[in-house]
Amino acid sequence: MSSMSKIVRTMTNILFPLTMIFGLYVIAHGHLTPGGGFQGGAIVASACALLVVTYGSRWVLGRIKEKRLSTFESIGAVSFITLAFLGLVFSMVFFGNFLAGSNLLFGTTPVTGSTLADFNTGGVLPLMNFAVGIKVVTGLFAIVLIMAYASSTKEWNS
Amino acid sequence: MGIEILIANALILLLTVIGCIVAVILRDLLAAAIALGAMSLLLSLEFYILQAPDVAIAQAGVGACLTTAIIVLTIKGTKRMEEE
Repeated sequence: MSSMSKIVRTMTNILFPLTMIFGLYVIAHGHLTPGGGFQGGAIVASACALLVVTYGSRWVLGRIKEKRLSTFESIGAVSFITLAFLGLVFSMVFFGNFLAGSNLLFGTTPVTGSTLADFNTGGVLPLMNFAVGIKVVTGLFAIVLIMAYASSTKEWNS
Repeated sequence: MGIEILIANALILLLTVIGCIVAVILRDLLAAAIALGAMSLLLSLEFYILQAPDVAIAQAGVGACLTTAIIVLTIKGTKRMEEE
């Protein structure tokens, strides 16, 4: 599938990094602001879908393989359920928040009252947001990529 | 809820319905896909006014971007103009 016109390519080159950074911001601040793993993952996947629509699926498939996307999707799901079972191990509750208040990674107790948001809070929630973000990004990107590749081959039209 | 918010609600919902009707009427399928994307973006603005920013972000990401991308890819694989 050939790439689109010069106008579309220029606008994609400008908009792709901005959309990517906004999606990663929504994923990373999922425990503080509206949004989270699914919403930020949908934004990052829409940036990748912009790349697929503009440059064609063969250009993208020459840079990243579909098998690798499937592997990352499985890594996201496995790390999510592993964190849930670690909560069962450490705090005796499924999905237990064993990192909150432990002064480790993301473990600071937030200050009560109306203050600025502290990024280093939330316990296990940011890690779960990252896991869901990886899964949603690679899943939606694989769907769009495979659909573009399947519709670009001409043997379906015969 | 003030009267301005009420007017904005009514206006955005009216524009959403108009976007749907335009997407049904148009013969050019690419223009119909863009009209569907605009309708979805207005719907996410309506969700934001109704104080559901999570749903608004999900609607803007999935409804306005990914669905439009999939429809555009489908139109690239098939024909652009609708036939009788």
